[in-house]
Amino acid sequence: MRRKEDPRLLTGRGKYAADVRLPGMRHAAVLRSPYPHARLRAIRRDGALAMPGVFAVVTAADLGDVARIPLRMGQRSPANPALQPPLARDRVRYVGEPIAVVLADSRYLAEDALERLDVEYEALPIVPDALRALEPGAAVLHDEAPGNIVDRLVTTTGDAAALAAAPVRLAERFTVQRHTGVPMETRGLTAAYDAATRVITLWGVAKVPHFNRRVLADLLGHPEHLIHFIELEVGGGFGVRGEFYPEDFVVPWAARRFGHPVQWVEDRREHLMATNHSRQQFHEVEIGVERDGRILALRDRFVVDLGAYIRTHGVVVPELTAALMPGPYRIASYSSEALCVLSNKTPTGTYRGPGRYECTFVRERLVDLVARELGLDPADVRRRNFIPPEAMPYDVGGGSLGQKTVYDVGDYRSAFESALDALGYEAARAEQTAARAHGRHVGIGIGCVVEKAGLGPWEYARAEVDATGHVVLYSGVASVGQGIETTLAQVAAAELGVSVDDITVVHGDSASVPYGVGGFASRGASVALPAALYAARKLRDKIVRVAAMLLEAAPEDLVIDGRRVAVRGMPDRSVAFRDVARAAIPGPPGMDPGLTASHFFEAPKMTYPYGTHLAMVEVDAETGQVKILKYVITYDVGKAINPMIVDGQLVGALAQGIGGALYEELVYDDAGQLLTTSFMDYLLPTAMEMPVTTVARILEETPTPLNPLGAKGVGEGGSSGAGAAIANAVADALAPFGVMVRSLPLSPDRVLALIRMGGPEMAPHTPNARSVPGNP
Amino acid sequence: MKPPPFEYFAPASVKETLDLLREHGDQAKLLAGGQSLVPMLNFRLVRPGALIDLNGVPGLDGIREEPGMLRIGAMTRQRAVERSAVVRERCPLLAEAMPQIGHVQIRNRGTIGGSLVHADPAAELPAVVAALGGELIVRGAAGERTIAAADFFVGYLTTAVAADELLVAVRLPVAPPRAGHAFVEVSRRHGDFALVGVAVTVTLDGSGVCTSAAIAVTGVGPAPVVAADAVAALVGQRPATTAFEEAARRVSAQLEPHSDLHASAEYRKQVGGVLTRRALALASERAAGASR
Repeated sequence: MRRKEDPRLLTGRGKYAADVRLPGMRHAAVLRSPYPHARLRAIRRDGALAMPGVFAVVTAADLGDVARIPLRMGQRSPANPALQPPLARDRVRYVGEPIAVVLADSRYLAEDALERLDVEYEALPIVPDALRALEPGAAVLHDEAPGNIVDRLVTTTGDAAALAAAPVRLAERFTVQRHTGVPMETRGLTAAYDAATRVITLWGVAKVPHFNRRVLADLLGHPEHLIHFIELEVGGGFGVRGEFYPEDFVVPWAARRFGHPVQWVEDRREHLMATNHSRQQFHEVEIGVERDGRILALRDRFVVDLGAYIRTHGVVVPELTAALMPGPYRIASYSSEALCVLSNKTPTGTYRGPGRYECTFVRERLVDLVARELGLDPADVRRRNFIPPEAMPYDVGGGSLGQKTVYDVGDYRSAFESALDALGYEAARAEQTAARAHGRHVGIGIGCVVEKAGLGPWEYARAEVDATGHVVLYSGVASVGQGIETTLAQVAAAELGVSVDDITVVHGDSASVPYGVGGFASRGASVALPAALYAARKLRDKIVRVAAMLLEAAPEDLVIDGRRVAVRGMPDRSVAFRDVARAAIPGPPGMDPGLTASHFFEAPKMTYPYGTHLAMVEVDAETGQVKILKYVITYDVGKAINPMIVDGQLVGALAQGIGGALYEELVYDDAGQLLTTSFMDYLLPTAMEMPVTTVARILEETPTPLNPLGAKGVGEGGSSGAGAAIANAVADALAPFGVMVRSLPLSPDRVLALIRMGGPEMAPHTPNARSVPGNP
Repeated sequence: MKPPPFEYFAPASVKETLDLLREHGDQAKLLAGGQSLVPMLNFRLVRPGALIDLNGVPGLDGIREEPGMLRIGAMTRQRAVERSAVVRERCPLLAEAMPQIGHVQIRNRGTIGGSLVHADPAAELPAVVAALGGELIVRGAAGERTIAAADFFVGYLTTAVAADELLVAVRLPVAPPRAGHAFVEVSRRHGDFALVGVAVTVTLDGSGVCTSAAIAVTGVGPAPVVAADAVAALVGQRPATTAFEEAARRVSAQLEPHSDLHASAEYRKQVGGVLTRRALALASERAAGASR
């Protein structure tokens, strides 16, 4: 089944945010703070306004007392004081914070004008990272958040004394570096205001159009029904694109204020400093195990670096980290404390597999250390700890997003053995031994993942047959390039007895889709598709009912084929959809007129897909280069609606996971300057950096009972285990050097540094001995 | 990421180009393949008053054999050099370095002269020209002059080409008989600038003794580092692991690299030695093969 989207995308006919052209359109450029922390003394705009072709300069003073951008998720009140205003008013807190917006006849002129804006800054002491934010005497970013702490999340389950009583204990520190989703298409918005109808139209919205429309209406004080959101194509989302950012307010505000269409297209340099960062966490973790490797207790304390403001995700990422830290293992005693801390860096949000990439890295490294400590095969330690399928549904303790973490279904051992089988684990170990004898450093790393997917609370769909007999499916979900149009059409087509090509899918247009939640949290297959399924089913009932009237037959005797309804076994007695649609108003007595049916599918509980990542790598111990020889992912999605799309999701997510493991890092210097503001320095993996061999094995062993399709969602699992598996593989390859991998990314420089620092194998820990080696 | 305003010129001859250079002096920038200059313009890291586009100037490209030398016009696209049978045969070190420069799309536009004049400290071509002891032919109002590679790379993004001069060609000595070469580098990703790269040639006599060798290292300083002291560890000897290791040790000791985002000075120093050893081993093996 090929994707419905691809013919237009592959032939260059897709229309993206930057493709919008409107008469009289002004081009916006954003003045961004060059200081990580400063008071704004004055902004003088005369020089810029005097330039030919420069139309206007907007600052916070022009916006009046507009509210700050609200949370979308994780409505915990302590986070609110640090919300971001659309434009900085009297203080800037990160390099890249928007201060002013220039509107000009072209982007070139607008950027020239930025250089003529005269801003007087008074530099303030900075907080370069979350750890230093906690030191006594650290500068305070927001008066409402003393100590720079916005929240402290605590999770405790089981017997707190179990850790101290464990026969073997290991303590370690791990860090995950700041990196983020980098879609191929940067953000971009075009806004137009029609003074006659007072309608504001916004093109280029993404991910959560309906929520953002409401936020915009509130912030602008403009009636929601007079705001029209249009999604266009979206060239990648990954969690970062489509959240409500400062520009999402300023661009439509300016269009309404000046009566001219306004376009802003984020450039790559802006993207890397303005769009949400993610992932940066510092963990101090301790595990207590039996001598056979069974885990008794896990205690984690971590600091999450949220950046300078709280954006729309609030503290969801640390919440998810804590909720899914136990992963696929039965851990009777688990406690977690997360400190949510501010620093003078770009604010953060979710990135594909938020919290799970981080916690999987920490947990799976730790499990490998247990194996090393006890002299066991890391595969065997995992086998001894998996939650068995008969324990499902399984309450992990703790929760996230307002729900308890209760795994719905899962056979973790089976997905694990499937991965070992796909790699040929025993043969790979033999190969490793042989390679080592020849001085080659081959390693195998495991990363077991429990993901979450299918976040509700609901999704909307409407199915219709128009008066020419064509089927339209409207969905409240958003496309971020994941192929949702195809799977929506597949589900509706199967229900209606028509072909996928017969269905037009409409989404992301607030004029034709009145309700929607959006495209995030791997919720398309498990929430949006069931909504489409039920809407199509309701529509089918109406089609049959009207056709029965026309054909003077019993509804149960009718069949649908090729957009016609016929009496079973009597193809001559049939009626076309077009005629059914025209007869449907008013239709048979008692029926709601019209061939239209809508459905809200509610999903009060999340589903938890899972799988195993295996990486086989070779490390050049003289240059520190890591080559991924083979990579295996097994992933149980319950039901793969479109296996090609599932495969693409897994492999695409893996590329990003590899980026986090080996390449990507948003680096700040001690002065708070972001150093990685281009693709010369922020290194995305390319096709050449992908594994020599990648096997993505899609499993359908445990359909979820939470929706009628059994589908769980697959957007993130290809990423979540990659940091863990690759780090474990590198550590395994370099075991003869006694290296300790505690942080990502594993650049050649860091790998050589690890080898230099490596010593003999760690001495065995005795009970009650706690050692926390320093971080490199 | 849009460039600041500049005046654009598209001269149709070398003379016209030189006239424009004389007129605009150090306010002018020459546009060859644009693979470094255009991003720098878009980042507003350079602000030339005048952009002089060489792409319409005839006579600046092409690969020509001269006695004992290969002459490559400055505007020859890197991809053309890469695909040239003559280059592969006469100047195999250059041929080996070419695919390690950026990506195919970059080499389709990028020129050999543009890269040499830009003189990025981590670029491949300056190391190749330095290792081979090439000559750079520069034209100015007063006529042509030839600059030896050793005098050409002056410092960070700086060459001996004066503001009113134009690089027209590079001349490289063709590989002698019984010679071997190697260009090895480590980069973060395929196609990135080298963290460290080493260009090496080794020439043997009939009895397998090294008569001459050259080592140039890129990515370790403002300009390619030519390692004469390390070469002395090889010349007069039969290539062997111990000699390679000694040369590697000397290269490593000679390097005074910088630290940046992608690698520490320590890394570059260490890996500069490792790559030297590997390159010498490979080049010697090839030289021995060529002798048979």
